[in-house]
Amino acid sequence: MLHYIARRFALSLVTLFVLSLLIFFLGQVLPGNVGRFLLGPDADQQAVEMLNHQLGLDRPLLVQYGTWIWRFVQGDMGESYVYRTPVVAFVSQALLHSLKLAAVAFLIVVPLGIMGGIIAALKVNRPLDRIISLGGLTATVLPEFVTAILLILIFGIWLRWLPISAAWPDGAGALGQLHYLILPAMPLVLVLFGYIARMARAGMIEALDSDYTRTAVLKGLPWRLVIWRHVLRNGLLPTIAVVATQTGYLVGGLLIVETLFRYQGIGSLIFNAARGRDFPMLEASVMVIGVTYAVATLLADLLYSFLNPRIRMVSSR
Amino acid sequence: MKGATIVLSARRQDVLASLFRSSPFLIGLIIVAFWVICALFGSHIVPYDPYAEDILNALTPPSIEHWFGSDQLGRDIFSRVIVGSRDILTVAPLATILAICVGTVLGLLTGYFRGIVDDLISRLIEAKMAIPSIIIALLAITALGTSKMTVVIIIGLSFGTVVARTVRSAVLSERDLEYVAAAKLRRESAVHIMFIEILPNILSPILVESTVRLGYAIFAVATLSFIGFGLQPPSPDWGLAISTNYAMVSGGYWWTVLFDALAIASLVIGVNLIADGLHGALDD
Repeated sequence: MLHYIARRFALSLVTLFVLSLLIFFLGQVLPGNVGRFLLGPDADQQAVEMLNHQLGLDRPLLVQYGTWIWRFVQGDMGESYVYRTPVVAFVSQALLHSLKLAAVAFLIVVPLGIMGGIIAALKVNRPLDRIISLGGLTATVLPEFVTAILLILIFGIWLRWLPISAAWPDGAGALGQLHYLILPAMPLVLVLFGYIARMARAGMIEALDSDYTRTAVLKGLPWRLVIWRHVLRNGLLPTIAVVATQTGYLVGGLLIVETLFRYQGIGSLIFNAARGRDFPMLEASVMVIGVTYAVATLLADLLYSFLNPRIRMVSSR
Repeated sequence: MKGATIVLSARRQDVLASLFRSSPFLIGLIIVAFWVICALFGSHIVPYDPYAEDILNALTPPSIEHWFGSDQLGRDIFSRVIVGSRDILTVAPLATILAICVGTVLGLLTGYFRGIVDDLISRLIEAKMAIPSIIIALLAITALGTSKMTVVIIIGLSFGTVVARTVRSAVLSERDLEYVAAAKLRRESAVHIMFIEILPNILSPILVESTVRLGYAIFAVATLSFIGFGLQPPSPDWGLAISTNYAMVSGGYWWTVLFDALAIASLVIGVNLIADGLHGALDD
């Protein structure tokens, strides 16, 4: 088990290293002359060179990458080109906000998706299964801004049930905040529902078809107990893994939803940094997302192997 | 050889027959065909010039003259929605074709050779999976500037890595089969084995992957246009229209975004119904 954890941990580190190279390449190398970029085409050549020197962009690429990643590891994410203040304060604040929104979405979608998958699997190929499967597929493939617009029109404008902005008034309590977060969370819920329900359905069908389920039925165990003890436990395992890997997707969805609902999270931070060409902010926030994703998938894999001993046996051999 | 051809065409007929019996597939086909026709001939059949401004008739609700109403510049929304299919149906398929080409070559190389190349490329793909395509695209477009070509290249390369994974796993299940061993014994070159022997046998997963990717490419292009990093004004593109108009929704001008949202939804669902149908028919 320890061996497995170590191996899995090392793999995450390698992935993060490659990711940092990718981000560095996209953020520092592709834009070309950042000084020219920031000052515009009319700026004096000398001023451009001075700014580049100030930002350390005239040093060899390897040195630039080394300093960038070394400082990042120590928690120094550089200084925003736009605000001229350390990026880290913005990023941590935004991450906290996004986690709140993501938590609301997950709290709604995980039970809903799993339940949908279980019902579909128990009624496989019947109308209810078709509705859940096709509905889930449809909800999953629609871009978030499209579902968000439709939800805003229905629940915000026509029915007037929910506020169409996520900016709650100051001093709103947890419930008050929740009221403002439900509509923004819904597009994420819709996209994730299809994935989770599909995984849960597939896992359940496989478990229902298995020999151990047949044995349990044949030895006379009541159907309810068979489902509870044998089918659910085995059938839902893959779903756990999927839920965690969706954190990567979630951030892409957050970017859209947060922009649309004017919510100050990591998504809108990335969006604004991209618009303002604030590369340090952009690189830092994307890297933070990468780290979050790596941690989430690592935890998911560990949880999965903990729940399913077969995997850790195989890998430790 | 002749027997093989007959078996093959019989299987093809089976696939076609089961496709045309599946109603989701047919519905998807009709929706997508409708939008392709709009993209090709839309500008000739719409009642108004989609770019013509008419400030006096700005923001009129749906009526007999303007079926879907008009936007804040007085442009006819019905005409814009019909013609709006053109840009996305150019950019998304081009990006998908690029992704399929890049992904097939990468997948064949990594799946056939394994070893260090496979390890390296697999790590790169995995790292890329840690951040959503939309954010990669945002980073790259911020650095390179917006143009249709950049959007095609960025989405194409980004999706290429996903296609590569699918192709790689298809190659892995083929590379130890007898016909590959026979080709090796004949001393065929690696390029010949990959592209002439293996590739024809993995066309069906590639076909399914292409339609799935096309759905995601439409998703990505629409989203990029919505956040201002994709298609640019004055294009009547749907995502762009929603982006320019959604601030007015709270003022009650729902028609400025509703029809564009429904258009995107129908196209994406159509493509995915086709993908789902193909997946079902080719998997049997």
